Amino acid sequence: MRSISIAGIAQLPSKLAEHHMDAAELVQAVTALALADAGIERKQIGFVCSGSSDYIMGQPFSFVMALDGVGAWPPIRESHVEMDGAWALYEAWVRLQHGDIDTALVYSFGKSSVGNVDDALGMQLDPYYVAPLGVSPMALAALQARALLDARFANERDFAQAVMRARLAGARNPNIPTPTATTVDALLAAPWVASPLRAHDAAVRTDGAAAIVLRAGGPGPKITGFAHRIEPHALGVRDLTTSPSARRAADDAGASRIDVAEIHTPYASQETILRNALGLNDRMLVNPSGGTLVAETPMVAGLLRVVEATRAIRDGAHRALAHATSGPCLQHNLVCVLEST
Amino acid sequence: MSAPVTQMKAPTRLEYLVHAGATTTTFLHSILKGQLVGRRCPVCHKVYIPPRGACPTCAVLCTDEVPVSNSGTVTTFSIVRIPFEGQRLTPPYACAHIVLDGADVPLLHIVGGCSVDEVRVGMRVEAVWLEIPQPTLATVTWFKPNGEPDRAVNDRGEVVP
Ligand SMILES: [Zn+2]
Repeated sequence: MRSISIAGIAQLPSKLAEHHMDAAELVQAVTALALADAGIERKQIGFVCSGSSDYIMGQPFSFVMALDGVGAWPPIRESHVEMDGAWALYEAWVRLQHGDIDTALVYSFGKSSVGNVDDALGMQLDPYYVAPLGVSPMALAALQARALLDARFANERDFAQAVMRARLAGARNPNIPTPTATTVDALLAAPWVASPLRAHDAAVRTDGAAAIVLRAGGPGPKITGFAHRIEPHALGVRDLTTSPSARRAADDAGASRIDVAEIHTPYASQETILRNALGLNDRMLVNPSGGTLVAETPMVAGLLRVVEATRAIRDGAHRALAHATSGPCLQHNLVCVLEST
Repeated sequence: MSAPVTQMKAPTRLEYLVHAGATTTTFLHSILKGQLVGRRCPVCHKVYIPPRGACPTCAVLCTDEVPVSNSGTVTTFSIVRIPFEGQRLTPPYACAHIVLDGADVPLLHIVGGCSVDEVRVGMRVEAVWLEIPQPTLATVTWFKPNGEPDRAVNDRGEVVP
């Protein structure tokens, strides 16, 4: 494997609503910051890859319009995934393995404020059997949470504690809306929305953008492993209490001797599943940024975990794990392992 | 044997409240004032209209607002001859690329106020505005011939100065 480093990182602050900047303006701003962080000029970039979703942005070909922000004329080598930017990062990492180019710029952007994200995510469900039922992503996550309770792998207090940890850590994160202070007992006193889940068990959705510059060799945290795995589309054939795809991705990415993990949990109940699948324990720092429960920008949250893992390494960690998920009930999972150089 | 199922109805509706963004918002404000205002790239100095958030060549924000003329030159066109749902005009009519005086990229719009047979590359046209402007480019109904002599257009679609 060719050794690839994270040369630069950037994010725009995650906001509850970003009304001022359109997609091109978001992309121009965040990619300029990442390139400056890497000390690389745009014209030196060999490959550009982005992750976003027109269903989220509410505009056809929003990713094409956004390309103005990276300077796509004269033509550049460019690709896009209708997925979280973490998968764009994976494509760029694979592209750099070809060996003919040495640098890549990866970015993603998303706005949860322009539409109903739950309705948009419903579009990815089975069109014959599930989508017509109008089941919300929260209800599907609740089904998974109930399976966890029934198997005695977790209780509702565990969910509330995950929210508490996220809010305490998130209070120190200058790039997200300030989380509301609370107590576990106060959280448990809140009503169910889709039992056993309460409103606060779902991630706080935000608008934002993130970018990463990859470089073959050179300084910066090194990617030592990168893998993603997916589970069957039909929820009924999966064991919802576990995540074999996250476990396989972590194994393939060589996720051992981890100091810090940044994991993508759309729902508080999913932290238990991911801690088990990814082999995380109490000796590791998990989600020092607060994680996605306090700020989840659709299509950005996963790429931002890699940004945060890079920050952790810059702050002194030796090995960091970044995780991204996609699809209902943690269907698709990606793991990227970084190491200090 | 039972009758084959040939159709399954699963209606879907997604609603959005999309914000125009900083650049488009200032453009729509200028339309309300009866003006066409583009933006200039601070690096390559191209004037874009409608303005773009970032210059696609230089990847920098186009911050300078530049008023452009109501008049311009047709650089290419097509005659629309078929009806379709939601059509604003009755066919036949001409849609055209029009490079407004003071702009560097063409604006896609309609040429009206004349027979479609008169529309040609190099033709000089000017904007016809609705009396009560709305925040949309359709506030310019179309561009009509302004009677000036034709300009030369090269094979790259640029108006020869
Ligand atoms: Zn320019």
